[in-house]
Amino acid sequence: MLELSGVSRSFGDRKALDDVSFTVRRGRLTGFVGGNGAGKTTAMRIVLGVLSADAGTVRLDGRDLDGTTRRTFGYMPEERGLYPRMKVAEQLAYLARLRGFERAAADRRARDLLERLDVTERADDRLDTLSLGNQQRVQVAASVVHDPDVLVLDEPFSGLDPIAVDVVQGVLVEHAASGAPVLFSSHQLDVVERLCDDVVIIAGGRIVAAGEREELRDRYTEPRYELRAGSDLGWVRDVPGVRVLELAGVEAVFEADEATAQHVLSGALDRGAVHAFAPVRPRLAEIFREVIRDEAHAATATARRAKKEVAA
Amino acid sequence: MTARQVVPPSEGRGALLVAEREIGAQLRSKSFIISAIVLLVLVLGGIIAGSVFSKQGSGSAQGAEQGQGNLIPVAVVEDLQQQLPSLPGVRIVPVADEATATADVRSGQVNAALVPDSGPAGVRVVVQDSAPTQLIGALTVAPAVQVLNPATANEPVRYIVTFGFGLMFMMAAMTFGATIAQNTVIEKQTRVVEILLSAASPRSLLGGKILGNSALALAQTAAIAAVAVLGLVVTGQDDILSLVGAPLAWFVVFFAVGFVLLAAMFAAAASLVSRVEDTGPVLQPVMLLVVLPYFIVVFGNQSETLMRVASYVPFTAPVAMPARMFLGDAAWWEPVLSLVILAGTAYAVVALAALVYQRSVLRMGARVRLAEVLGRRHVAA
Repeated sequence: MLELSGVSRSFGDRKALDDVSFTVRRGRLTGFVGGNGAGKTTAMRIVLGVLSADAGTVRLDGRDLDGTTRRTFGYMPEERGLYPRMKVAEQLAYLARLRGFERAAADRRARDLLERLDVTERADDRLDTLSLGNQQRVQVAASVVHDPDVLVLDEPFSGLDPIAVDVVQGVLVEHAASGAPVLFSSHQLDVVERLCDDVVIIAGGRIVAAGEREELRDRYTEPRYELRAGSDLGWVRDVPGVRVLELAGVEAVFEADEATAQHVLSGALDRGAVHAFAPVRPRLAEIFREVIRDEAHAATATARRAKKEVAA
Repeated sequence: MTARQVVPPSEGRGALLVAEREIGAQLRSKSFIISAIVLLVLVLGGIIAGSVFSKQGSGSAQGAEQGQGNLIPVAVVEDLQQQLPSLPGVRIVPVADEATATADVRSGQVNAALVPDSGPAGVRVVVQDSAPTQLIGALTVAPAVQVLNPATANEPVRYIVTFGFGLMFMMAAMTFGATIAQNTVIEKQTRVVEILLSAASPRSLLGGKILGNSALALAQTAAIAAVAVLGLVVTGQDDILSLVGAPLAWFVVFFAVGFVLLAAMFAAAASLVSRVEDTGPVLQPVMLLVVLPYFIVVFGNQSETLMRVASYVPFTAPVAMPARMFLGDAAWWEPVLSLVILAGTAYAVVALAALVYQRSVLRMGARVRLAEVLGRRHVAA
């Protein structure tokens, strides 16, 4: 398990990370979600040791990370980049050798990976002669060529063509299945929602929500229900304790407490067939918007208070 | 998850891998190979040209030795033959007396005739119209010279050798320093550096760069030295070698350490900027330290005090100390002490460069200020 606790980092006067704590469990995909400048990249760089933290610790399976352990991690930086004038397979093998692979083993792994990613025929070409899509695949290969023990990918899907997206998804799922903690950030919340077991939401350098995806959805579920029946649902409006949010003939979305909702359900059954009845659970995008908004409110309030104190 | 068998390499081994890549990439670059060949050809050409010019200067003596094929026929009166020194370049035609000799000259059978004379030379040269310089030169007896206070090297050689040390150091430092700087910025510009940093420690990356390029610089300098030696031997100027030998060996040692010092500064300075176009201003101070030893040695080699100081200052020592040794005014312990100072400085600068590199290499965009990088806000990783 990868564990960040109390990690802070400033650049000049700007606090990029403020007491950040979260965990990435082995065998699970953890999505790291936040707006631009929220601190995702900084946090990932600190995990990789590419940046140092001002305070706080990063541990793997309870042990503080040292340089040697970090070298076993796989990393895909947001700023993509490899040697443009170096041959593809040679480049990948070099990265594996830097991590401790012997020359022959490194070369074998590089070529196997290129075959899996369907770029075998370009293995001995210079990287800058490849199409953008193929360069992206090589970049993916570069992050896993050394069979990493922990995988951290910063916006792995941004700028990918649809086929490459599938390839990256495959790599992520496979690595998680092999027992590695996998952390990746993304703006594409639908992808995160589809893929992730766990979600961490960061805003303004602070973690605002974190946990299992389903548990988070439950936590942010409002007492809201969806009902689809065989006949018109206009009568629901008149049930005491119900606030109808949407009503379109045989479909309705309403707010009510648990008991009232069950009462509505039995009423609907009395009137005929019921095709669907379920609590409405928020999508990740909705949760994200909500926590970000709350965070913004809190921040403005704090700022206002601070201003008043200064004025007083 | 199964236990991983692959253990990340030590920093030293990582540096070797980085060095290997640097060297490989450089050797595959056409421009590098071409410029190296051009340089070697220039050196060889210079030496050959030098030998041709120096032979023109001392043409008579050496020309005579070379002219074995076309000996000048000279009639010599038999009485005179025993008294004469050996005459190089001259074919002696013995004749009975002065009259026969004069007749032979007149008829053109011989170019000149040597006949007895009552003057101080004891010999007279009889010629048709003008005397062959070769013969006169051969007859001229140079007095033996006893030198009481010999100079180690004459003035032009002294100048050329110190100039050569300075030029070699400056050229290599400029070429490979610029390469290091460029590679550092390109890694930053192409963003590959972030992946590299996740794969190897900054010290390995910087150390490997310094190591690889220093090895190349040393190899190129050694190749130049080898070509120079070869050229001197082939053109028969190998007497210079005995003078240059020991200082040259010391020069190689000083060069190796001195170059590490400069390479570290080039890499650290380059890591402050994000684009190749921006390297100019940050490299300027480093460039100055490269050019400095050259000018000090070239223009200051007459001043013993200046040279003595320069031979201990780490940046000028690689050129000034071998030059002083060549001029014969350095005691045996002086290069050792100077080398210790140089090595100590190099060690400190490499450590400092690693710090600068580590802290600035990921900062894209505007140029990073040195003071900012070395300031208190940073906590070492």
